[in-house]
Amino acid sequence: MNKETVQTLPASTKRKGFATRLGKKLGTASRQPIRNTSGKNNGDGQIWNLRLYVAGQSPKSVVAFANLKRICEEHLAGRYRIEVLDLLKNPQLARGDQILAIPTLVRKLPEPLKKIIGDLSDIERTLVGLDLYPLDRSSK
Amino acid sequence: MATTTVSRVIQTNHEKNGARASLPKTPTGIEGLDEITHGGLPRGRPSLICGNAGCGKTLLAMEFLVRGATQFGEPGVFIAFEETAQELTQNVKSLGFDLPALVRRKKLLIDYVRVERSEIEETGEYDLEGLFIRLNHAIDTIGARRVVLDTIESLFSGMSNTAILRAELRRLFRWLKDKGVTTIITGERGDGVLTRQGLEEYVSDCVILLDHRVNEQVSTRRLRIVKYRGSTHGTNEYPFLIDEDGISVLPITSLGYQYKVSAQRVSSGIPRLDTMLGGKGFYRGSSILLSGTAGTGKTTVAAHFADATCRRGERCLYFAFEESQDQIARNMLSVGIDLRGCIQKGLLTFHASRPSLHGLEMHLVTMHKLVEKHRPDVVIIDPVTNLVDAGEQRDVSAMLVRLMDFLKARQITALLTSLTHNSAPAAERSEVLISSLADTWLLLRTIEIGGERNRGLYVLKSRGMAHSNQIREYLLTKNGVQLLDVYVGPSGVLTGSARLAQEADDKNRELTRQQEAARLQTELVRKRQELAAQILALQNDLSMNNGELQALGTREHTRLSAVQANRRDMQRSRQSDALGVNGPRTNHE
Repeated sequence: MNKETVQTLPASTKRKGFATRLGKKLGTASRQPIRNTSGKNNGDGQIWNLRLYVAGQSPKSVVAFANLKRICEEHLAGRYRIEVLDLLKNPQLARGDQILAIPTLVRKLPEPLKKIIGDLSDIERTLVGLDLYPLDRSSK
Repeated sequence: MATTTVSRVIQTNHEKNGARASLPKTPTGIEGLDEITHGGLPRGRPSLICGNAGCGKTLLAMEFLVRGATQFGEPGVFIAFEETAQELTQNVKSLGFDLPALVRRKKLLIDYVRVERSEIEETGEYDLEGLFIRLNHAIDTIGARRVVLDTIESLFSGMSNTAILRAELRRLFRWLKDKGVTTIITGERGDGVLTRQGLEEYVSDCVILLDHRVNEQVSTRRLRIVKYRGSTHGTNEYPFLIDEDGISVLPITSLGYQYKVSAQRVSSGIPRLDTMLGGKGFYRGSSILLSGTAGTGKTTVAAHFADATCRRGERCLYFAFEESQDQIARNMLSVGIDLRGCIQKGLLTFHASRPSLHGLEMHLVTMHKLVEKHRPDVVIIDPVTNLVDAGEQRDVSAMLVRLMDFLKARQITALLTSLTHNSAPAAERSEVLISSLADTWLLLRTIEIGGERNRGLYVLKSRGMAHSNQIREYLLTKNGVQLLDVYVGPSGVLTGSARLAQEADDKNRELTRQQEAARLQTELVRKRQELAAQILALQNDLSMNNGELQALGTREHTRLSAVQANRRDMQRSRQSDALGVNGPRTNHE
């Protein structure tokens, strides 16, 4: 498998890959120990499964990953898993999730499926897109 | 045969344009479209097909791929933005396209791209690299040479950042060109513009507009090439059809006059009519117009021709727009033409339909198809004028031009009957449509004289042969059409009972003359006899005269002798001077 996964789960195995490199490049911690963000616990503690589709290491992809990372850390610390899929390496994957735009973030879990396109630089909209915003606000 | 003809035409067009325009083209395989584009779509470039909903964009695009895969060995990718692969498969199944089989053989790849605005949140910068990658992957998977994007405008409804979309579309078309695939992009017709999103701005090589109009309850699909950069093309609106065999575009006069002609002659089935046509009948592959008013026997003449064709062992296709097959067969029996045998042998095929059943184009295409199927030597359309009901006059004439072109290109002799109205000007007007198409024009007309209606036939024109200038009266007899002798009386050509009366009259006069002569002869004989009798009588007279004369002479002589004897007696008795007396008397005698 060419999927490169960033996991922030207890069970995460340490794997190095594209996403990790992305993270390092941007100076963010890509792999962190479990952090129980008890104060901001939204949802029922379900693990968030996110997929970020990129095409090589384009600037937009790099930015998107950084933004995603930051958001997850802020709102879903310890309960998320990010898969970074490079379509240049696996073009056939684009079909499955109906990917057109790059970068595209797909929220596989929790249901329903959500798609967010763009470099996620609009944090507000990203949060809305991920259904995180209202919850987050209510928890504050 | 059809495809060879088409390809021949394409070839000639290529040859014609080859020197100037060397733009490589990809044949679509769609009947007619390759003719009006002079070879197909620009190879390796995107073409735009736009039109309103339901005008056949998707079908045309799909046929382009299917024909490419099946006829030209060019695999194709169909990127569907509107329908799933399954829906598409079902939709084109009715056209006889077996998409799953093509997909299995890796000749076709259908990728359904779903763009759902409600599922997509846009946050910041993005591009359509994902689409590019998918497309690229699909193309490379099957080695595609053809691509269809149907309908890429859906992107605009799924994504709101039109600036990005436009830039990306521009990049996409550029990319497709670089990739060297021949692409069809479909686009929905906008209000007053070709496409809603102005796709024509990006796809500048070839733009084809489809249209679906309903005119007097008859729908007609039309196709027009709006532009075709670097190539000549037909500029008209061409009607096209979607039926069980896909799309057929009907170019009106694209063939030009390139067909071969035959010097062979075929009999009309009426010997004396053949005589009128230079003694041999029609030219093979020519078009014959048989026009006449109602009840002049057009169908009968046509049936003669059909019968003659089948007798030669050739095939005849009869389009009947007025009567059914059985009705024609029955009616023709009454004039001694038995078509049933020909029908049974399969030489004569009828196709009876109502003119109002379809639009004109459908009729034309049905004819095309049947001609392709039966490969006849002779086609009869009876009557062609009934098609006028199915369309406007201009359309009808255009259609007939196309039909004639089509038949001539295949050396099929065509006999069209045309119903004209009784008033002469109307007849002329309605025939202007077709007359220029007809190589031979026979006119059947009724001649109304003396309270009766008779039928007359004449050859109005016949290209390339010496033909009779006579108006011939003909009869529908038990043995078919019988042309009669020309009967020219003192006041012109006579027909019907006038002719009969004149004939009888002449006969009488002749008889009288004969009788007169006989009478004269007997008279002369009698006169001669009379004269002879007279001569005889005169001769009798003469001989009687002679007799009398002789008798008179004798008597006189006798009397004189007697007188002399008496005188001598007297002298003797008187004793007178015999000398004195005798002397002078002798002198007196």
